[in-house]
Parts: sequence; C-alpha cells; structure tokens
Amino acid sequence: MSNEKSPVLEQQEQEPLTADMFVVVGKNEAAMDAISRPNLSFWQDAWRRLKKNRPAFIGLCIVALYGLLAIFAPMLSHYSYTAMDPNAMYALPSLEHWLGCDATGRDLWVRVWMGARVSLTIGLCAATINMCVGAVIGGLCGYYGGKLDMIVMRIVDVIYGIPSLIITILVMLVLGRGIHTLIVAMCIVGWVGTCRFVRGEVYRLKEQDYVLAAKVLGVPDFTIIIRHIIPNIMGMMVTNLCMAIPGAIFQEAFLSYIGLGIAPPDCSWGILAKESIAVLQMYPFQVVIPAFFICTTMLALNLLGDGLRDAVDPKLRGTE
Amino acid sequence: MAKYIAKRTVAAVVTLLALITIVFFLVRLMPGEPFTNPKLTPEIKANMIAYYGFDKPLPVQYVEYLKNLLHGDFGFSMKYTNRTVNDIIGETFPFSADLGIRALCMAVSIGLVLGIVAARNRGNGIDFFCVIVAILGTSIPDFIMGAILQYFFGIKWGLLPVALYKGIEYTILPATALAFYTIASVSRLMRASMLEVVQQDYIKTAKSKGLSDFRVTVKHQIRNAIMPVITLMGPMVASVLTGTFVVESIFAVPGMGKYYVDSVNNNDYSMILGMTVFYGAFLILCNLIVDILYGVVDPRIRIGKK
Repeated sequence: MSNEKSPVLEQQEQEPLTADMFVVVGKNEAAMDAISRPNLSFWQDAWRRLKKNRPAFIGLCIVALYGLLAIFAPMLSHYSYTAMDPNAMYALPSLEHWLGCDATGRDLWVRVWMGARVSLTIGLCAATINMCVGAVIGGLCGYYGGKLDMIVMRIVDVIYGIPSLIITILVMLVLGRGIHTLIVAMCIVGWVGTCRFVRGEVYRLKEQDYVLAAKVLGVPDFTIIIRHIIPNIMGMMVTNLCMAIPGAIFQEAFLSYIGLGIAPPDCSWGILAKESIAVLQMYPFQVVIPAFFICTTMLALNLLGDGLRDAVDPKLRGTE
Repeated sequence: MAKYIAKRTVAAVVTLLALITIVFFLVRLMPGEPFTNPKLTPEIKANMIAYYGFDKPLPVQYVEYLKNLLHGDFGFSMKYTNRTVNDIIGETFPFSADLGIRALCMAVSIGLVLGIVAARNRGNGIDFFCVIVAILGTSIPDFIMGAILQYFFGIKWGLLPVALYKGIEYTILPATALAFYTIASVSRLMRASMLEVVQQDYIKTAKSKGLSDFRVTVKHQIRNAIMPVITLMGPMVASVLTGTFVVESIFAVPGMGKYYVDSVNNNDYSMILGMTVFYGAFLILCNLIVDILYGVVDPRIRIGKK
C-alpha cells in the first residue's frame, strides 16, 4: 500500500510547489466573526418561507381581504342588512345591488359581509379560546403529570368519545341561541383536542436537556414554561389554530343550516346558504353567493394552515 | 391482546355512561318545557307530567331512566304522543344507516385509490389533480355540495332523481354529497402517509430483495401506510353520521336527522335523550371496533400489549 504512488502525488512532483507561490494574507479578525447570512429569528424565518409558498400567501391575502370587507363593507354601504325592498326580490347583481337581493329584497352584498362578521367572529373566537384553554390545561397536565394529569385525561377521553356536534347542540340550547352562546358551546366541547396535543408536546419537551439544564440552574417552573417550552410549541399551536378556524366556521354554518344556530334576522353564512338552497330550483344564482364565500374562506384558511405547518416545521428550517 | 380489548371496552362503557348522564341533565336544563300545546288543559298537562314522572326529583328520574335503558326502552315521544322513541328510531335509522354506509364505502374506496395514485405519481399532473380534489373536498361543506349536485344532476341535466329515497338511483347523489369531504380527507392522509412510508428502510430492503414494484407497493407500502387511515375511521364515521342530518334534509331522505332536529326544537325530552344516546352509543361502538381493529392490524400494539 505504502509503495504505490497515488496519481495525485505524481502530479505534485511534476510541478513542485515553491514558497514564492504563496502570499500571506494575514487574518482579518472582524471578517472571521462576520455572519454571512442575515440573522433570522424563528418567526422571521417562518414568515420568509410563508411568503415564498404562493398558495399559502394567497390564502393569507384572501383572509385579510375578507376580514377588512367584513368590518368596513356594511359601514360603507347605504343599505341595511335587514331593510326589505319588495321591488328588488331575487334581483340579479347590478350597480345598485352588487350581489343582487334575496327573497325579501335585502341587499346581498351587505348581508354577505354582515354574515362574514358573524362567521369569522365565531371562527376566530372559538378557535382562539379553545386553543388557550386547551394549551393551559394540557400544559399543566403535561408539565406536572401525576394525579391531576390522570383525572383530566380521563375526562378528556370521555369528552373525546362523545360526538362533539351533539354536545354543542345541547349546550347551546341550554344557554340560548346567539353568537356568544354558540362560541361558548363550541369551547366547552372543543378544548379537548388542543389539550391532548399540547400535553403530548409538553411531556416530550420537558425531558429535553435544555429544560433539565434550566432546572438544575434553579430557574423557576413558570420561567421554564414561558421561556423554554411555550416558544417551542408556538409554531405548532399557530398552525393548529389556523386549521381550527375553518372547522368552527363550518360548525356554525352547519348548525345555522339545520336551524339550530344563529336565529334570524341576524345572518351568518350558514343562514344565507340555508335561505338560498330553499329556492335552488327557481333562483340558482342565490346559492352561488354564499357558496362562493364559504368555500373560498375555507380554501384560503386550509391553504394558509398547510403553508404555516411547513413554515414553522423546524425540520424544514433552512430549506427552500 | 385480550387485556387491550377489555381496557378499550371498559373505556367505551364509561364514555357511554358519561354521555347519558350529561345529556340527561343538559336536557332538563334547557329553557322551555315539552308540553306547550295551548289546547292542553291544566289537568291533562298535570296528568302527562305525572305520567312521564317529571314531578319526581331529578335523581329518581335519572335512575328510572337508566333502568329503562337497560331494557332497551327509550320511552314515549312527547310530541308524537302515541309513538315510542324506539318505534321512530327503528323506522328512520335504516335510511340513515343505509345512506351512511354507502357514503362511507364510497369515501374510503375512492379516497384510498386517489391517495395511492397521487403518491405513486408524485409531482405530475395526476398528483396535482388528486391534490386539487382533496383541497376542494375539505373546502366545500356538504350542504353546499348537496345543493350543487342536486342542481346539476337533478334539475339541470335531469340524470338522477332530485329527492326522496326509493331505490338505488335515489341514493347516488346524497351518498356522493356526504362522501365528498371524507374522500378528500382520506386521500390527503393516504398520500402523505404513502410518501412517508416510501422513505423507510424496509421499503429499500424489499426493493433490494428484488421484489416487483407491485409487490413492494401492495404488500409493504400500502399495508403500512393504511394505519393512520384506520385511526381516522372513528372520527370519519362520526362526521358522516352527523353529516346525514343536513344531507337528509336537502334530499328529503326520511332518516333520523329531521326527527332529531325537530325534537330539539320541540323540547321533546325523551326523543332528544333517546336519539342522542342512540347516536352516541353507535359512534362509541364504532370507535371501539376501530380501536380493536387497530390493535389487530398493528403488530406493534398486538405484541406490545401481550
């Protein structure tokens, strides 16, 4: 082995290296410590990747647009969402009524955005509250474990086994109809999913070395949770939140559709769909409007959720 | 394995008991009362209240109800006064179940095929098509899907009957509307899971052993990738069954959905209770079967719990 000359060595012998071929460049202390790429925090990196994911970014734009329209469109229109106009029954879209009118001549443009207020509020509130309550309970269970954990998990198992929609219906009936009670009803049932997921994550994270190190250094539990554990599950929580919003909007639409959700004259997308499907045979165009807005919102939120999941996934960090 | 099944069964029974308890007390907390017919004279009303036992304290009623349930007796409906809840469930449930089973079969078979085909053709047009179907499916609520199908196939093109439920051609549209969402979620999950499995070492081993592509896909890849789909079966049955509420009302299927919603609106205590408990028990049973199936299919659980 040692007797054989490698081809590389042979080449070097043909052209011997001499000292004058080298130049001393010295060392630049500042350049050694310079960071070649901009330093990105976790959220900056996630945002950068989200922007590159075109479907997710379009989803984000649609959601933002709908949110703004829901706030401002009813204010800026001179129609009221309850004012009826017998001359405009089932009117098709025109300059006067941008999306036409419904069975009693109410302007659909205003009704759609009033409905969006209700639907989006319910979606956002229910999903956020579920997330917070589930995270706190799940976090406590995962971090402290023991008896508390066992009791809560048995309760979670039971609630999980019961069809959630049925319990939502019953809770809502006890509390009365309306947006607030719908949100409360969804929350009473909905926190268990988050609780399970957060508990699992916290359970895994608290065994990590950096948590152990913090504990050894005498950092109080509260600080460990705030500084070390929450930031690590934040990305997944935001993704879950984004995925939960369409679920809540869907539930509201479903309940309103079967006549157990929001009560008229208040309107939501579910009610608009219900009213329009009733006249499907005669005025098919009526269905198009609520269907379009419900579907695009769901689509946008689903795309955004998918994009967020990829953007906050630490395994994909640094990849394009 | 026996221990695993026993544990699951006990959990299911506890869940069912909790469900009955929660629903029983929630229903009593509901505002309003069942006997609102203005024609009822106070005496008749008092008689009815006595007949249904509402004058007794709640815990007594609860024990009474549990006793009746043990005999499979849901009691009389308070709205349809001469019919028992058992009668109504017996009459309407077959329609709901038929619709649900058709939708479920359709959803699982089409969803699996789409997911597998998409994963096998990753990145090309077929994959793109399958992904689009999956995204659309999760974005369109079933009542809108039902209305769309009804309009095009029923009204505009006149290919299939618009409503009612009298024969096989009547079942196609409602089952499709109901299945669409589940098709989407199954195909999505199956695709992701197939793509994850394909990176595993045992697939490489199988390939390097010289197995044919078909055998690797069917015996190794699909068999492993199908596990998450089986876990999803429980929630899937739940979503299909609750979906029937809406689809039944769109297509005028004489199933349980209408009675359930009506009973809730009428404060018909015994109907709400009976139907909820029946639905809940059915779903809990489905979940139990799925759990046991999972244990049978997944060798890790089978061996781990021995």
